[in-house]
Amino acid sequence: MRKLLLSLSGLAALVVAWDLAVRFGPPTLLPLPAAAGRAILELAANGLLLRHLVASLYRVTWGYLLAVLLALPVGLFLGVYPAGERAFGPFLELLRPISPLAWIPLAIFWLGIGDLAAVAIIFLASFLPLALTVKNGVRRVPAVHLQVGRNFGLGERELVRKVILPALLPQLIVGLRLALGIAWLVVVAAEMLAVNSGLGFLIVDARNAGNRYDLVVAGMVLIGLVGLVLDLGVRRLERLPALRWAYADGETGK
Amino acid sequence: MNSPGETAPQAAEKLRLTDLTVTFESEGKQVPVLDGISLTVAPGEFVCILGPSGCGKSTLLNVVGGFLRPTAGKVEIDGREVTGPDPRRIFVFQERGVFPWLTAEENIGFGLDGLPREERRERVRRYVELVGLQGFERAFPHELSGGMKQRVEVARALAMNPDMLYLDEPFGALDSITRMTLRRELLRIWEAERQTILFVTHDIEESVQLADRVVVLSQRPARIRRVVEVAIPHPRDLSSRQYLDLRDSILAEIGLAHQV
Repeated sequence: MRKLLLSLSGLAALVVAWDLAVRFGPPTLLPLPAAAGRAILELAANGLLLRHLVASLYRVTWGYLLAVLLALPVGLFLGVYPAGERAFGPFLELLRPISPLAWIPLAIFWLGIGDLAAVAIIFLASFLPLALTVKNGVRRVPAVHLQVGRNFGLGERELVRKVILPALLPQLIVGLRLALGIAWLVVVAAEMLAVNSGLGFLIVDARNAGNRYDLVVAGMVLIGLVGLVLDLGVRRLERLPALRWAYADGETGK
Repeated sequence: MNSPGETAPQAAEKLRLTDLTVTFESEGKQVPVLDGISLTVAPGEFVCILGPSGCGKSTLLNVVGGFLRPTAGKVEIDGREVTGPDPRRIFVFQERGVFPWLTAEENIGFGLDGLPREERRERVRRYVELVGLQGFERAFPHELSGGMKQRVEVARALAMNPDMLYLDEPFGALDSITRMTLRRELLRIWEAERQTILFVTHDIEESVQLADRVVVLSQRPARIRRVVEVAIPHPRDLSSRQYLDLRDSILAEIGLAHQV
């Protein structure tokens, strides 16, 4: 409770500082916090808030879900079979340093302006880190546990199901969280270029259509809030009883 | 593979190692680890493999367990060559082998998926009791002490009803009191169930307390220096002349003076 209070007062202090800086600083710095707040209400009232929010979440959901569905088997395959890693690992490592935003031109070229291009970019952005997390997680399963599994007569598939997946789960959750964060970062950028709806589009459009910087800041605040809620959602997974063991070391009695 | 005229169930030989040799390749060089190990073990016998750290005794156990192919020579159990791990012969590691994501009872039931639920529960209950873990069935390994984790691992192995147990320095990471308790319990279980046991250790006292025979290995590459019969009935009196003499003769064999 006291921690929450402290966080809230810190936030309030920053808003006050923002307000004062705008009032006494250069007039073109930023809209006042109150103006940004009014802009959010305006967006809520005319239905644009819901429309853009749903558009962004829709793209993230599909891009992210597809990435999770594909990254899991690919990561497992690369982790379990060293030959697979040797064959495709370098390719993935080559793709990794390429910013997902660099794919935007190709995505538009292949898929046109629209949801499909945005979903594809989000997919690419979250697939790579997730697949690599899964692969590395498989590698880090202690050899002893694999040996026990084989000793108890498990076949390849049972070994994955009963030993590798549970051992991997804590790292998988971290990877899921990381990838969702990236997906949310990337959707905004993709919407600035590849579509004409969504929170990213809202920001560019507010500037282009008349320098409504109050709407720009409102859009940024909304993006931050939604990102926070998504992150808190994934973090709840860390509390699963099946994961207690992973966080048990050195952490007693919370 | 399938010879109908198999040897009688009570053959006097459970395990036979013939001229086992293992060589690892490291940076283009051949590093010999095991050098011509030959040994036979009778059914129900408790054999300790004793050697200094890093001599290759764990490698030996890994080869016998089917996790590692020997460079030369062979391992036979019940007259058949070992080609891989087998649930009839269970490895027990230091407590690292328990699965941290399963509770004690789930760990113990790990290999019993094929059994009907009732039977499985009954079997788990029986081995929980045998190793004295009542009251901790639902605990996760991180909530258990090192000794209790080791009990979980032993129970998990025993629940498979194996006819052989391979123990790789199972009590090495425990405090000396827990270690003594678990040795006594292992003997009690072995006297009840009579599995054939291969027990790797670097602890001379431990080997003389437990084994029917102690196989003393040399420094790497490991050869058998000597096989010592310990013909003292259990429970063994650790202050008896006989025990001390045997222990000292092994100490002498390894070349350690009788003083610290």
